[in-house]
Amino acid sequence: MAVAATPNATLPQIKGVKDVPYDELFVSGHRTCQGCESALVMRHMIKAAGPRTIVLGSTGCMYVANTTYYTTPWVVPWMHTQLGAAGSAALGTSAGLKVLMRKGKLPNEKINVIAFCGDGGGADMGLGAISATLTHKEYNSLILLYDNESYANTDIQLSSMTPYGAITTFSPTGKAKRLMHTRWKKNVPGMLAAGHPESRYIAAACAGYAVDLMNKIRRALEVGGPTFIHTIDPCPKGWDYHPQYSQELGHLAVETGIWPLYEVFDNKLNLTGPTRQIAEGRKKRKPVVEYLKRQGRFAHFTDEDVDHFQGEVDKMWEKWLIPGVIPFTIAEKDRALLRVDTTPLHEVKKPA
Amino acid sequence: MATIIEKGQDAVSSQIEVEALVTGCEAIAEAIRLADVDVMAAYPIRPYDGVMQAAAKLIADGKMDVEYIVADGEHSQFEIVKHACAVGARVFVGSSGVGWFYAMEAIAVTGGLRLPVVAICGNRALDDPGAFGTEHNDSLAVRDLGWLMPWAETAQESLDLALMAWRVGEDKRVSLPVAIGLDGAFLTHSQTIVKIPTQDAVNKFLPKYDLGNRLLHPDNPITIAPQVDQDWLMEIRRQNDAAMRRAQDVIREAHADFKRLFGRGGDNPFLDEYMTDDAEYVFFGQGTLALPMKVAIRRLRAQGHKVGLVRLKWFRPFPTADIVKSLLRFKAIGVIDRDYSFGSPNYGGVLYHEVRSALYSQPKRPVVLSFIAGLGGREIDQNMATQIFEKTKQAAEKGSLDQGDTCTWIGVRE
Repeated sequence: MAVAATPNATLPQIKGVKDVPYDELFVSGHRTCQGCESALVMRHMIKAAGPRTIVLGSTGCMYVANTTYYTTPWVVPWMHTQLGAAGSAALGTSAGLKVLMRKGKLPNEKINVIAFCGDGGGADMGLGAISATLTHKEYNSLILLYDNESYANTDIQLSSMTPYGAITTFSPTGKAKRLMHTRWKKNVPGMLAAGHPESRYIAAACAGYAVDLMNKIRRALEVGGPTFIHTIDPCPKGWDYHPQYSQELGHLAVETGIWPLYEVFDNKLNLTGPTRQIAEGRKKRKPVVEYLKRQGRFAHFTDEDVDHFQGEVDKMWEKWLIPGVIPFTIAEKDRALLRVDTTPLHEVKKPA
Repeated sequence: MATIIEKGQDAVSSQIEVEALVTGCEAIAEAIRLADVDVMAAYPIRPYDGVMQAAAKLIADGKMDVEYIVADGEHSQFEIVKHACAVGARVFVGSSGVGWFYAMEAIAVTGGLRLPVVAICGNRALDDPGAFGTEHNDSLAVRDLGWLMPWAETAQESLDLALMAWRVGEDKRVSLPVAIGLDGAFLTHSQTIVKIPTQDAVNKFLPKYDLGNRLLHPDNPITIAPQVDQDWLMEIRRQNDAAMRRAQDVIREAHADFKRLFGRGGDNPFLDEYMTDDAEYVFFGQGTLALPMKVAIRRLRAQGHKVGLVRLKWFRPFPTADIVKSLLRFKAIGVIDRDYSFGSPNYGGVLYHEVRSALYSQPKRPVVLSFIAGLGGREIDQNMATQIFEKTKQAAEKGSLDQGDTCTWIGVRE
C-alpha cells in the first residue's frame, strides 16, 4: 500500500532517540545474518528518508541476502542495480524523475533517490560511476556505501576496504605468509569529498551511532544534488565475532580512531560524535588492540602487526593534514604560505 | 545538422513532411526528437557517436527537451537509461564495437528486466587489432539476451526503424529492449535524402510510454528484480520467451500502421526482396551489403542470370516462417555474413547458421552456402560479388555442396 505524498515534506534533524520516526519501512522478510549491522543501516536509512523514496540496491549482501522474491522487506519502491552501478542507478533514476516532472508526465513532488552499494560495489568496481554522479549537481540523489570490509556475500573475499592484515578467504594466514593482505584501506569519503567540490554533502557514519547516521542521511537528502555517505558495518561472519557484539565493535572502530565520524557540508568539515570528542581532547583514543583482539580475522596478529596497525592509525591522527580525512601533510616551511593551521582542535581557544 | 531541401522549411515546426540530406546518425537524431525522448546517455566511440553529436546540437538549439547525460563509460551509459526507463522515461542510448561490450552486463540485465530501452549499435569491428569499419559481431553478441534486433540498410530505414523500435519495444505485449544495427561508416556517416515525418503523424503512430503497474514510483511501491534463485528464474525466463514470440505479430501490426501513415516499409516487415520474382538463386544478408549486391544483381541480370537478393530486416525475433516461405522458392541461398563465428559448424557465419537452422525441418531444402565478406569495413566490390554469385550458381546447378566444402572467405589475401 502506497503512503500518500506530503507536498513540500522536509526532513528535519532528529533531536534524540525519542524523536526517531515510528514507521518501519524496512520490515521482516530479509535473510541477513544475526547481528548484521548493514541490515540495520538499511532500516535506519529508510526510516530517516521516509516513504516518498525510491531505493536502488546494487548487488551484494543487501541484495542477495536482503531482498528475496515474494519476501521483500522493502515497503518503499526498490530496484536492483548491478554491482558497479550504484552511481549510474542514482543518476538515471533522478534524471528520469526530473524530466518527467518537468514535462508534466509525472506529478511534481520531492521524491528521494537513494542508491546503496557495498564496499566491493562502491569502493572497487563502482567507484568511477559514483565519482561521475557526484559531479552531476543538477540531479538529487544519495549514494550510501555500507562497508562491511569484504565481499561478504560471496564468501568473505578481500576488497580494497578490508583492513590491513585481516584474514579473508582470499587472504588466509599460512606457514609461509602470516599476512597475505598488506594494503592499507582506501579512504573513500575523504577522497570523494576532496575530489567533488560540487557535491554538497559527504559523510562517514556508523549505525552504532544511529541518530547521528539518520541525521546525516536527512541532511544529505535535504541539501539536494548528489551526496554520499559511507558507513562502517561490523559483520559477524566476515570479522569473526559473536553477533551480539556488532554495536560494540562499531563503537570501538570509532573510539580507537580507526573510523572517524565526520561530514563535509558545503566543503566545510565537521567532526561528529566521539570523533569530535577525541579531537577536542575530551576523550582519549583507545588503543587499536582493543578493537583488533575482539575479532577472529586478526587472531593471527603478532605484537609487531598490532604495533604497525597502531602506528598507521596514529599517523592518521597526528600527521595527516586533516586527521582521518586528508592523508597528506605539508612541509613546515609552507604552512604559512598555504594558510594551514595545524594546532590540534583541543588546543584551539574558543572565542569568549 | 541536416540541410533542409525545401527552402524556408524547418523540419521541427513543419506541418508537412520535408526531405533532408542527412547521415544515418542524423536520421536517428531526428527520430529521437520526434519520439519526445526523455533521457539519453552518451559516451564517445566511433561510429555510433555521430547520433549523440547530432542530438546534442538539436538540444543546444532548443529543438528538443531531453535529459542528456554524458556518462563515464558505456556500462554507466546503459545503466543510466535502464534506471530512467524504470521510472517511466522514454530513453535512447547506443554504442559501437568494444564499447558495446563494455556495456555488456547492463545490456544483459536490461533484457532480463524487460525494460524497453532503445539503443543503436553502430556496427564496428571488435578490437584487437583495431579497426573502425563495420562488422556485426558487436550487435550479435546480444542475440540470445532478449533484445529485439532490427538492421537498417539506409538512413531512411534508420529513422523508420527507430520509430518502430519505441512502438514495438514499449508495447505491453512485448516490453523488450531494442538494438538497432547500423553499419558503421557506410550508414552512420553517409548522407542520403531522408523524408522526415511530421510530428502529428508520429504522434498518431507512437503512443505515450506507459509502464503501467511496473512503474517504479512511491505510489506503486514494487520491488524490481529481487533474488529469485531456482525457485522462479525459469518461469521468468519463459515470460521473456513468450514476449519475444508475441513480438512478431506486434511488429507486423506496427509495420502495417507505419505503411498506412507514412507510405513506406515494403510488403513484408521482416524481409526486403530484390528481383526475386523469377530468381533461381539469391544472396541473403543484412545491413548495407545489400547495396553492392543490388548493383551486382542488375549487372548479372543484364547477362541473363536469374539472381536476386533477400535482405533480413529483423534478426530478432528471427522471422522463421517468413524466411521458410521466401527461401523455399530458390535452388540455392548464398548467405553473406559480415561477422564470424570461429569454430562453428562448417566454420560459417552467424546468419548462415540461423538461416540453415530455420530451413532444416523442411522436407526439401535449397542449398545454403556461407560467405564471409567485408569484415572490418572492407568494401564489398563487384569482383567479390561475382565470386559469391559464381559459387552460389554452381551449387544451385549441382543441387548440393561437395563434401568438406565449408564457408568461403571472400576477398582475402592468402
